[in-house]
Amino acid sequence: MLRDPVQEGLARGWRVIDAATLERSQTFEADVCIVGTGAGGGVTAEILTKAGFKVILVEEGPLKSSRDFRMKEADAYPQLYQESAARKTRDKAITILQGRCVGGSTTVNWTSSFRTPATTLAHWRNKQGLAEYTSDALWPWFEAMETKLSIAPWPFPPNRNNALLAMGAEKLGIPSAAVRRNVKGCSNIGYCGMGCPTNAKQSMLVTTIPAALDEGATLLVNAQAVRLVGADAAGSRGPAHLEVAPRPVSGTTGPRARHRIQAKHFVLAAGAIGSPALLLRSQAPDPHSMLGRRTFLHPTVISAALMSDPVNAHAGAPQTIYSDHFLDSVAVDGPMGFKLEAPPLHPVIFATTMSGYGEQHAALMREFNNTHVLLALLRDGFHAESQGGRVMLRDDGSPVLDYPLNDFLFDGVRRAYLAMAEMQFAAGAKHVLPIHEQAAPYTTWQQARQAITGLPLQPLSTRVVSAHVMGGCAMSNDPRNGVVNNDGRHHQWSAVSVLDGSLFPTSIGANPQLSIYAIAARLASKLALDLTGRQAPAMI
Amino acid sequence: MNRRQFLKGGLVGGAVLAAGGAWVVWRDVRDADASSPPRDRIAEILSGIAPVLLAGALPADATQRSSALASVTVGVKEVIAAFPPAVRSEVNDLFRLLDIRIARRLLTGISTTWRDADPSDVKAFLERWRWSRIALLQTGYFALHDLVLGAWYANESAWAQLGYTGPPNVE
Repeated sequence: MLRDPVQEGLARGWRVIDAATLERSQTFEADVCIVGTGAGGGVTAEILTKAGFKVILVEEGPLKSSRDFRMKEADAYPQLYQESAARKTRDKAITILQGRCVGGSTTVNWTSSFRTPATTLAHWRNKQGLAEYTSDALWPWFEAMETKLSIAPWPFPPNRNNALLAMGAEKLGIPSAAVRRNVKGCSNIGYCGMGCPTNAKQSMLVTTIPAALDEGATLLVNAQAVRLVGADAAGSRGPAHLEVAPRPVSGTTGPRARHRIQAKHFVLAAGAIGSPALLLRSQAPDPHSMLGRRTFLHPTVISAALMSDPVNAHAGAPQTIYSDHFLDSVAVDGPMGFKLEAPPLHPVIFATTMSGYGEQHAALMREFNNTHVLLALLRDGFHAESQGGRVMLRDDGSPVLDYPLNDFLFDGVRRAYLAMAEMQFAAGAKHVLPIHEQAAPYTTWQQARQAITGLPLQPLSTRVVSAHVMGGCAMSNDPRNGVVNNDGRHHQWSAVSVLDGSLFPTSIGANPQLSIYAIAARLASKLALDLTGRQAPAMI
Repeated sequence: MNRRQFLKGGLVGGAVLAAGGAWVVWRDVRDADASSPPRDRIAEILSGIAPVLLAGALPADATQRSSALASVTVGVKEVIAAFPPAVRSEVNDLFRLLDIRIARRLLTGISTTWRDADPSDVKAFLERWRWSRIALLQTGYFALHDLVLGAWYANESAWAQLGYTGPPNVE
């Protein structure tokens, strides 16, 4: 029987409260209330708890652990993801994969760990005034988080789906490299997206959150942060408490008990849709209309290739090889560049991603084991024509991201389809199918090139997905240019900090988890110092 | 011009008029039927649509086929139930629209019950929605695509066709 560190922690007496089981309204008190338990919230929770703060964490999703992770999509998506892994942008043209459980997206991500690219940081310094965001200044924080989360090059051969990326790149003379992963004792089975069943993935669920709970933090689960309230009209301190409600579950009726969390400081780490949405619901001051704007996604397009031999893309560690050739060969603020990666395939995600239906769709499904898939993640937010999206509220207060797809982005999409098809043919594909309603399987590179060049690119018929939501509470010391300052502190409400991917003024240009870990660790340590006058203890 | 003519004119006319027509039906349906439980009707609606979306994937044997379709219906209902309220209500509106006779006839061209619908008519309606310039209809197609195909392939009995043996044993 595998160990389950979460169950062991609960047995040791962790303070975990399920909001759905509280019948009467309660008031909780803490020094710091952290909303969200993903990459930003997890890191912040451990640092602040170790610095001596009384911390309470608020998580919208459930506490699930390795014993619940059965590697079945039908269980995992409704339990662990926002909107059952079918969250859509406002016009429904982009599907967003985002975690909604303790550990947030780190519980369900594919473990890819990249430092923030130097080109991205340079752009932040030059265009956003983030002077202290240099590779040198962040270096110790990357080092610390990499050590803590066992981030290292993957020592085993890549699975076939990733080997084909390397092979295609090599044939075309394009550089590719191994992805570093946050795993310890990984069994190389390939079900990272459904929660790691062996606790090898060093997500927040098995690292920082247990550390914080062992030090006495309280975790409130199945709890929605409704709004921050009690701000004094004249002052600039900001809210005094957070109103919390149990997450609505289908089939339940009646009034839901609301609870209050009273705290000296609030850290928002609910992700780049959740954090701006909470500030919007709280009617936080936003004198320069920055809140929720410039939200980025790394809009991602897909190319499927049929190979003669089995690929078995469902098996083996996902995303172990990548190529940055198409990021590095364009100016960061020029035409949109893209990163190439090879994802895992599972029946539901494959079936819903492949376009069409009936016999034609069934034929594609029968090639499941022989299908090789590449992803191109577009680097958004660096060019004037790439303003990203805007987080808005529905009538019921729930957030929706309005992210219009424009011609500038579609130009990148077309180049990405072409690059992926050429690479897949170079790796020996029998046919290549860009995932687009009007595309067909093309049997030669010449045919694919001609067809893709003429493909009408429009929202919805171009299948676009995202697993990386960033921005919406951009940092800048100039209040006209950001929601929070360079330290993540809210410009108008000093009792509020944002410490998650919402801080980023552009997309990262790489899978963002390590950027969030390192920047949150740096800023949470600084916050501890600012609130106490004492240095926070080192995290590792 | 009565509303029905307006709607018809809207749907065969230009995109703007068509969008207006669809919106009137949509609003009508929301107002008139907000209290009726659409989930009771999902099995009936899917009995017409799912066999077309899943042609070539469902078992040939009649008994297995009907139990496969039943499992798709259960799966679709489970997915809808797990959605947050705002998304759930949008999907319920879609099924309500497909359920109401006048809306169905106008927007899908199907005038029989779903159970009796001719598969070629269902296919024609899916194609019209798939390529429609009216966002409501096109996103309706994608919702049906994802719900039905997702529900079927979540099912272990669908995996054999894929040559997929399921997750490994890690105990």
